[in-house]
Amino acid sequence: MDSPPVNHEQEPRRYGRGIFLATVAGGLSSLYWGKAAWDQVTGVVSPVAGAIAPILPTGGWRIYTISGHMPVFDPASWRLGIGGHVGQPVSLTYDQLRALPKTEQTSVFHCVTGWTVQNVHWGGVRMSDVLARVQPLPEARALRFTSMEVPYVDYLTLGQAELHDVLLAYEMDGQPLPREHGAPVRLIIPEMYGYKSVKWLQRIDLVPKAENGYWENLGYDRDAWVGRSNGYGS
Amino acid sequence: MKAGYVRRFSPFERLLHWVNAAFFLFLLGTGLILYLPSLSELVSRRQLLQSLHFWTGVAWLAALALLLAAGGRRLWRTARELDRFDRDDVRWLRGRHAPQGRFNAGQKINASLFAAFTVLFGVSGLLLWFGEQDTRFRFASTVVLHDGLTFVSLALLVGHLYLALIHPATRHALRGMTLGTVNEEWAARHHAKWEPGRQ
Repeated sequence: MDSPPVNHEQEPRRYGRGIFLATVAGGLSSLYWGKAAWDQVTGVVSPVAGAIAPILPTGGWRIYTISGHMPVFDPASWRLGIGGHVGQPVSLTYDQLRALPKTEQTSVFHCVTGWTVQNVHWGGVRMSDVLARVQPLPEARALRFTSMEVPYVDYLTLGQAELHDVLLAYEMDGQPLPREHGAPVRLIIPEMYGYKSVKWLQRIDLVPKAENGYWENLGYDRDAWVGRSNGYGS
Repeated sequence: MKAGYVRRFSPFERLLHWVNAAFFLFLLGTGLILYLPSLSELVSRRQLLQSLHFWTGVAWLAALALLLAAGGRRLWRTARELDRFDRDDVRWLRGRHAPQGRFNAGQKINASLFAAFTVLFGVSGLLLWFGEQDTRFRFASTVVLHDGLTFVSLALLVGHLYLALIHPATRHALRGMTLGTVNEEWAARHHAKWEPGRQ
């Protein structure tokens, strides 16, 4: 640890400040390498990923809400209304939604604040299937997603909503979608940051153009591509 | 002072310790509610908690700055003690028997780490707060740093509480941090090189 001292009464070493400064410097530098290192540890390719995930009490998730009360799902009264500029507006009960052709996918969930959850297994209905069913009218160029958590809304363009891995997810990791993750159904668009994946869905409207959603009014990007928006990768 | 007892921590050192402890525990509590999904669901007033957590953090840094300014010379002496490691400290850290001063080498390391963590908690917390409003302050790793600090601090806290409350040989130290004084014989055994009254 140190070189052999000349005699027993040597001047004490100032390790205390060394530990302090090294820790501060290491911590600050981790602002540049921290996430890469953490992703390495928890990454898909890492053999320890499976071992680490269950230890974290959160599984890596963080729950963001914008209002004082987390919405409650009541199967009796809940409906998913899909309307606006469509040929066939629908109002689906929970059972009707689950009766639609089901699809499952495993995707990565990225939050704009920096955390990432790998290997989330979603079950639900493909957005493109739902769109085919309701038949958007020619003037419909975007979708407005309305959450039960008022006043959360967000928009996707029609092209974004038709990406193959955009889901209306009602299952997560083999279980019905938990309340804090947006029960009974949430949007999932893995290629964009999580604030686009509206939780606690209650309405989807086809509209002529995309506008600012809740977070976009607070300065976040409308096109929230992972790694290519909100100041990242630019 | 009770006979057979010597003063280990000054009122000012104890004040600093307990102010830190109170802020840390409150921030840990509100932080865990923000962090753990099950608690988030239970409480669910995220906006309020987030503000509470942030402004408590700001108040902590302000309180520390005030105490450090008010501490002056007295505190400087304490910091010098914590800074300096002699040969016995190094030997002690290697698991050998070696006489220790008023602070043992482990306590010195703990103090340095905790001071550094306070700075890092402050920086990453401010970045999280302002990053939400302005992309220039947004780094993908801020949240990793803030969380990582929490994990390591929790581990340190558990060790600290074990030594202060449970471990028979060391738990007498709690008396020093509450009443200020410790048993003279205990001090002679655990802090042989410390000359009480001289600090």
